[in-house]
Amino acid sequence: MTRTIVADRLATAALWAAGLAVVAVLAAIIAHFLLASIGTLSLSFLVSDPSTASLGGIGPLLWNSIYILVLTLLITVPLGVLGGIYMAEYAAENPLTQAIRFCQELISSVPSIVVGMFGLALFVGLTHWGYTALGGSLALTIFNLPLLSRLTEQAIRAVPADERSGSLALGATKWQTIRHVVLPLAIPGIVSGIILSGGRIFGEAAALLFTSGLATPSHYDFLDLDLTDPRSPWSPFHPATTLSVYVWNLNAEGLGHFVRQIADASSATLVLLVLVFDVAARGLGRLLQRRLMGA
Amino acid sequence: MSITIPAPREGLTEELSRPRAAIVPAEGAEVAKLRTVGLSVHYGTRLVVGDVSLEVRADTITAFIGPSGCGKSTILRSLDRLNDLIPGARVSGRVLLDGQDIYGQGVRPVEVRRRVGMVFQRPNPFPMSIFENVAYGPRRHGLRDRRRLEEVVEQSLLQAALWDEVKGDLGRPALALSGGQQQRLCIARALAVEPDVILMDEPCSSLDPLATMRIEELLQTLKASFTIVIVTHNLQQAARVSDATAFFTLGADRVGRLVEEGPTARIFTSPREGLTADYVAGRFG
Amino acid sequence: MLPSTGQALPGLHSALARPLSWTERLDLPRRITFAAAAAVVLLVGLLLGAITWNGIQLFVAGGVPVSQILTATWAPDPTSPPTNYGLLPFIFGTVGLMAVAALIATPLSIGLALFMSEIAPPWARRITQPAMEVFVGIPSVVWGWLGLTTLVPFLREYLSGLGFVVGFSWFAGGVVVSLMILPTITTIAYDSLVAIPADLRTGSLALATTRWQTIRHVLLPTAAAGLATAVVLGMMRAAGEALAVQMVIGNAPVIPTSLTRPMTTLTSQITLDMGNTVAGEPWNDALWTMGLVLLLISFGFVILVRLLGRRGSAR
Repeated sequence: MTRTIVADRLATAALWAAGLAVVAVLAAIIAHFLLASIGTLSLSFLVSDPSTASLGGIGPLLWNSIYILVLTLLITVPLGVLGGIYMAEYAAENPLTQAIRFCQELISSVPSIVVGMFGLALFVGLTHWGYTALGGSLALTIFNLPLLSRLTEQAIRAVPADERSGSLALGATKWQTIRHVVLPLAIPGIVSGIILSGGRIFGEAAALLFTSGLATPSHYDFLDLDLTDPRSPWSPFHPATTLSVYVWNLNAEGLGHFVRQIADASSATLVLLVLVFDVAARGLGRLLQRRLMGA
Repeated sequence: MSITIPAPREGLTEELSRPRAAIVPAEGAEVAKLRTVGLSVHYGTRLVVGDVSLEVRADTITAFIGPSGCGKSTILRSLDRLNDLIPGARVSGRVLLDGQDIYGQGVRPVEVRRRVGMVFQRPNPFPMSIFENVAYGPRRHGLRDRRRLEEVVEQSLLQAALWDEVKGDLGRPALALSGGQQQRLCIARALAVEPDVILMDEPCSSLDPLATMRIEELLQTLKASFTIVIVTHNLQQAARVSDATAFFTLGADRVGRLVEEGPTARIFTSPREGLTADYVAGRFG
Repeated sequence: MLPSTGQALPGLHSALARPLSWTERLDLPRRITFAAAAAVVLLVGLLLGAITWNGIQLFVAGGVPVSQILTATWAPDPTSPPTNYGLLPFIFGTVGLMAVAALIATPLSIGLALFMSEIAPPWARRITQPAMEVFVGIPSVVWGWLGLTTLVPFLREYLSGLGFVVGFSWFAGGVVVSLMILPTITTIAYDSLVAIPADLRTGSLALATTRWQTIRHVLLPTAAAGLATAVVLGMMRAAGEALAVQMVIGNAPVIPTSLTRPMTTLTSQITLDMGNTVAGEPWNDALWTMGLVLLLISFGFVILVRLLGRRGSAR
């Protein structure tokens, strides 16, 4: 066989190996955590309180992760979608628009630990709030906002020009066209984007270490509905250690005797939830698309 | 197979490029529904359509014909200010709707488009129900009363010869209709805002012959109440359907210009320009 | 006119030209959406301002000479003088970790990207694409925990037979971070490869070259700018990683003598010390200075990516 054909065969084999290796590594990681959590991971583990004496659970931490996720989305989705609408529909190619794009790139490049420092100075120190869920969410908003803005902009740009022309030709105004034709068509893309960014927020820890806090909550009284009471798990001002932060803190502080099991099971939970987010983003996006097209 | 557009006769381009005197209607003659005076369109610095002056009479069908790329669609879009949407596009000259310049000071494009509707080459119904599509225009203009909307939708669908086929379920998604039905839906949608003029940019080019025929029949009934301008590639269609025809072509300077306009019968049987005769006989285009 | 309705629809045809109402002149949709988009400019200003301000306090308020941060001695504890705020171990660590991670990840990522774009049959692509999305979603702490519980003991057991004592180390950090940046490099490299028009491939193959020759001599050079961007973005992510790094790197605030030694990075030191220092004191100020350095590094990367992008499109 000639050298070129041998080289081609070797290269093909090497590239196949790369593909298989990566997928195998991913599968191994998921399997590792699932196996390591046997005996620990259970429904009661997910909802019960942490404990230093016995194995305990991650209930309050899971709650905090979800709480911060929802709060962050509540802040960033309206702002991000509106910003994306501007960039896609109103912005002309001028220095100001270029400046906005540049700033979007800059913010997405800032390491999350640095965002955390900024959050510490602003939302914990300057405001004298101390560690709060709101502080954490605001820190996460800093890099989630430009992300959602860009994703929304892409989804809106993908709407065919024909639809816009059709609406404008009927005498509708630009905003009417955006509201009644363009946005509905862009919704599947925007929803996918929101879910994807949600997955990222859920796993985030570095920006939350010094903004929403590290202390392990012992028990949450869900009947306390006073939103101003920092002890209420419903209050934006409650210190909200999330699951990801908990995993890090377990290792850093060596809390209790069951660090290994708790961290393994928590990691498994996080990985499984990432999988769920991914499937949801694709599935929901496709479902909405189909319902929109009415086929 | 590429067809080269033959050079216009000696001096025609120069003749057409000379600025035309404004056409003043004879005393007693009715004012044309739509009239352009020296209409030119630039994309950036490039002149794409030069100095078009023509008249469209009320309640008639006027066809714009000419080889592809000669600017017929661009001129059509200038009639309802849809060229405003293209960044860098500039329109000069005047376009008079019932004597009023739609590019005049203070005129709002939204108002222009309420009176001059457009049907596009490819049917573009919104991803909503049939009812919602037709009700879209009136709704945006402030009509809220459900019963009135239902009346308008029914009337428009009747006028567009689509009512019988869809009356059973107006809630059906518009995208579930066939191509020809979708195009008639777009026509109904345009009719619902009660325009004076309907512009059609090659409305049948993506449809099969049967669907095309139905729309051509439809045009004959619509002409009683609306002024219609239709851009078409299909010479037979222009001859069949229109009362007046305007023939455009690209000059040697690559600028689209009006060569000749007049009653359809004359344009097709005894045109004044040799170029027109050549195009109509299929010798180019 | 529609026959049955007779009258024109109310308010439908007002005058062609009328002055703008005050709501129209206000153009609320445009202004509100603009404010939302421009908020990001404000954020950047705030971020830059706050970090720069706090970052220079070490020199301004603490009186530390700027040259000191380029020394290699990190002795920030005021209870054991003399204090020295040398950031070189951290800067070296960040750059060194970035380099090792990129070295490990790049061949694997580009290989994977090539596999996905040129070689994989549809069923394989349907597995690798979601796999990348899941990979990218795995949280940093999970990678750190994994590295700590599996990689570090593995290195300790198996490589000490070869004469090294490896555990928490530069190498461990490099391996963990390389896995984290792998999906980043792969997806961007994949996008660059897929963007190459099919004509180039068929043109090359029609000249009786093999697929590998096509990849090597046509595709890779054509996608070079995009691939470079992918690697740079991966390196940027590596430089910014904090928690996973902190968990496996050993956190020794010195410049490592070899890959097998523990070391530190800008991010991991901030993670460790931020909670234990008091605002306003030099130790805390030094951490802010580290943050400023990180910010400058990432902004430098952004500019680099833009330059690469311009070169790529100029071809």
